[in-house]
Amino acid sequence: MEVRELICISCPMGCPLTVTMDGDSLTVTGNTCPRGEDYAKKEVLSPTRIVTSSVRVNGGTIARVSVKTKTDIPKGKIFDVMKEIRAARVDAPVAMGDVVIADCAGTGVEVIATKSVARA
Amino acid sequence: MRHHDIVIVGGGPAGLAAAVAARKAGISDILILERDNVLGGILNQCIHNGFGLHTFKEELTGPEYAARYIAQVEEEKIPYRLNTIVVDITRSREVTYINREEGLVTIRAGAVILAMGCRERPRGALNTPGYRPAGIYSAGTAQRLMNIEGYLVGKEAVILGSGDIGLIMARRMTLEGAKVKVVAEIMPYSGGLKRNIVQCLDDYGIPLKLSHTVVDIHGKERLTGVTIAEVDENKNPIPGTEEYYSCDTLLLSVGLIPENELSKSAGISLNRVTSGPNVNDRLETEAEGIYACGNVLHVHDLVDFVSQEAALAGENAAEYVKNAASDGENVIPLVAADGVRYTVPQFLEMDGMRDSVTVRFRVADVYRDRYISVYYDDQLISRKKKKVLAPGEMEQVVLSKKSLAEYPRTERITIRTEVE
Amino acid sequence: MNNQRYDADVVVIGGGVTGCAVARELSRYDLKVCLLERTEDVCSGTSKANSAIIHAGYDAAAGSVMAKMNVEGNRLMDQLAADLDIPFRRNGSLVLCFSEEDMPGLQELYVRGVTNGVPGLRIISGDEARRMEPNLTDEVVAALYAPTGGIVCPFNMTIALAENACENGVEFHFLTEVTEIRKCGEGYELSVRETGERTDGPAGDAYKAECEDGTGAAGKTAADLQEAEMPENGAVKTITARFVVNAAGVYADRFHNMVSRRRISITPRRGTYCLLDQEAGHHVDKTIFQLPGKYGKGVLVTPTIHGNLLIGPTAADIGDKEGTYTTAEELAEVTAKSARGVKDIPYRQVITSFAGLRAHEAGHEFILGEPEDAPGFFDAAGIESPGLSSAPAIGVYLAEMIAQKAGAPVKEHFVSTRKGIPHVAAMDRESRAALIAERPDYGTIVCRCENVSEGEIVDSIRRPLGARSLDGIKRRVRQGMGRCQAGFCTPRTMEILSRETGIPMEKICKNQPGSEMITGEI
Repeated sequence: MEVRELICISCPMGCPLTVTMDGDSLTVTGNTCPRGEDYAKKEVLSPTRIVTSSVRVNGGTIARVSVKTKTDIPKGKIFDVMKEIRAARVDAPVAMGDVVIADCAGTGVEVIATKSVARA
Repeated sequence: MRHHDIVIVGGGPAGLAAAVAARKAGISDILILERDNVLGGILNQCIHNGFGLHTFKEELTGPEYAARYIAQVEEEKIPYRLNTIVVDITRSREVTYINREEGLVTIRAGAVILAMGCRERPRGALNTPGYRPAGIYSAGTAQRLMNIEGYLVGKEAVILGSGDIGLIMARRMTLEGAKVKVVAEIMPYSGGLKRNIVQCLDDYGIPLKLSHTVVDIHGKERLTGVTIAEVDENKNPIPGTEEYYSCDTLLLSVGLIPENELSKSAGISLNRVTSGPNVNDRLETEAEGIYACGNVLHVHDLVDFVSQEAALAGENAAEYVKNAASDGENVIPLVAADGVRYTVPQFLEMDGMRDSVTVRFRVADVYRDRYISVYYDDQLISRKKKKVLAPGEMEQVVLSKKSLAEYPRTERITIRTEVE
Repeated sequence: MNNQRYDADVVVIGGGVTGCAVARELSRYDLKVCLLERTEDVCSGTSKANSAIIHAGYDAAAGSVMAKMNVEGNRLMDQLAADLDIPFRRNGSLVLCFSEEDMPGLQELYVRGVTNGVPGLRIISGDEARRMEPNLTDEVVAALYAPTGGIVCPFNMTIALAENACENGVEFHFLTEVTEIRKCGEGYELSVRETGERTDGPAGDAYKAECEDGTGAAGKTAADLQEAEMPENGAVKTITARFVVNAAGVYADRFHNMVSRRRISITPRRGTYCLLDQEAGHHVDKTIFQLPGKYGKGVLVTPTIHGNLLIGPTAADIGDKEGTYTTAEELAEVTAKSARGVKDIPYRQVITSFAGLRAHEAGHEFILGEPEDAPGFFDAAGIESPGLSSAPAIGVYLAEMIAQKAGAPVKEHFVSTRKGIPHVAAMDRESRAALIAERPDYGTIVCRCENVSEGEIVDSIRRPLGARSLDGIKRRVRQGMGRCQAGFCTPRTMEILSRETGIPMEKICKNQPGSEMITGEI
């Protein structure tokens, strides 16, 4: 039996979680909502994160547009995703929600703009 | 002199939410004055996610959260001025602002909503010894340079203070290829949200040294390193615990201070704990018709609470403009005690009280398994058990008018933490 | 006149307040004057970190050069401030005496002051002092009151002197370090190393055009001259001059000893200060000194000309001529000592602390003029406190001496006045509105704590000898000097400096090369 202490990051509440792993069975305590249980299971079995960063804009009113992975990606892929984001360039105008990278680092997840940048 | 029903000082999350709420409450003549060249305030540079879980039930980035409110302001055609700095507010609600198109303008406001936000504590305020080289930034300044202007402020960083912006910047710099060597926090606990410690430090193996501070700064032109030492319970460095870290960047995330210079110009005195104005349950300051909300009132942990609070200020300001409500009678002070550092509001005006009032506060230390209790005078009214209470996270209780009506002679309401 | 055999008639080493005062006074005469400054700007050493006060002149020993220069410099300040638009106020000073047994010391100070020619001195009772300054402690038993004591902005004073000197033809060479001085005929040959290049952007040209248009300004920025005369970056070259003025602050001994066998030694004496928010600026009105007594030398508490409260300095003799760091002990000492004379100082309102180095000479006396064995080499060495107060007089004294020796006549068209950058926020409503109508960038506030507009920042860069670093801008228009200490306005100010000068963002420095603010694009 293995026990892991986690802090739930599903929301800013930050519930302290205890995950008990006994063979194939996983039990979570300390959560105040079902998302806590989901988080704990996922964090133990296959942790994921949303990555946010920014991408250079050509010809925009500001130099960079902020971006995020549309959904969470495997934690181990964070730096691969960052590498592609850092290499990416977009032309103004950019609208919030525009796809900046279609399938980022083989995760199958889109990187999208999180703000709009007008043409300078 | 030009007149506007409601003038809102600041177009960040607080100002935007206040404007939208005031418009929904039926006020058409609103003016937002914003010093930056875009609306949205600090959210524009907070490109990380985690905003809006309470308000929109989804996880947004700062710019996305701001965009939702900006869209409402545009939809409602609420006028705003950008690149405009308010330089003076009087108690009689004359607001003087300055911009390049209009020059210096004084307008009269039916009601004023203060939504100026806060600023970061600079290095000087810490009085840290050493040289004064380039490479020392408050975390928010570095955040702006990185996220808006696109510049890397340094390659090897030490972060002093574990406030949320510092934690966020630790991750941000790491993702952009910089090495963040350590986060030092003078307190025995972090001032940031737990989720940020997990996601921004633990994920990247960045050590957090509690009860540590920077005791020396090296490098004459550009920073070359800092010395960090452990501190005792009085926050004094313990000799012999010094450790040298070479770095070209020191980010400071050592506290936020509400920007109340304008409130002071209106003769509004400030609360010693919050550094914001004292307000009643309508979020009205001691100057009639001048309301405050968001980080200028007290520093918040979550923008969702800023928006809620600001909407309330907007509604109340609208109500004031429509009815010019007189000073409330039957004032009951709210008292913070036993580990509760302050409350906002600081007092209730029973006559104009809504059905329920949310009281927000922070605690003084990290507590486990404590109750948050509400007393009307010596009478315990409610208590709620909390597994963990931490200064970095805002807490709240809700007071109901109905329950207060049952204790008509209440002279004060006390909010405290209790062990048993 | 420019003797053809030399590159310049006079080379002034050092762009501190002393060097700039000497240069400005020299520019009254028909002389080719060159000022060499090691850093990127004037006012970068001792002149930038001191008590920012104009001493009345009772401190220095009777009959000393120091006493003479102090009292004369103090007297000259009204005219100088008016001519050069330097913020200056005679707020008066008090020297506090804490015990009856120290009274003879106070009396001695009074007598010395009278001997030195300080006007209006008076010994007053503790109660009278407290009526003058309600925040004095009950410990004060008596005080020496000097109505002629004053406060000044040392940055503004130095920059004003430099700008006026520049307008009257003095060439300024920045990032130019003197490495050697050799006797050369009747004059001297200096080896200099250029440590960086001072950028002059398109805006500089625009300003030059404006000047040539009619304002009568020299029409050439120092950078132009430098570009014309200096070889490529990093080169070592020589400059010859008939006369040399050594105004090198803590390094003055090094240059003196290159030409004279009568060695001198300058010890950097570090002084640590704390600067408080303008909210605390009214805590005292006068400059409050403590009489050295059985508890040693105290620290002063003074309002600054810009309305902050300044406390300090400590005094620690150190070996390092670059040792401008603060220590926890000295910061604590400032706090502890200041509390003795002035009560309830709101230490929570400290916005910054800093340390400056006084150029202390072993004999505690100004060394002015030619060493016996080095004619034509004029020292202005050992200029520690009251150096700022004495600078105007030192300038006159040395310039007259040099002009006489050179046989240089007074110039016909010396421009004696200079107008500073408008401080828009301090203007009355009508003037401010009019100015914004004319120049809209005076309506864009960049530094919100000190209410500094984009227009003022642009001015600080475009003027002759304009700012080329963030500190240069700060010292000229107070951008970033306020309570947030440039937290909000740094990115914007960097952009303006980059735009105006063409310096790329990665090369924007806090002060000298090596103090770059960012490491590059993401």
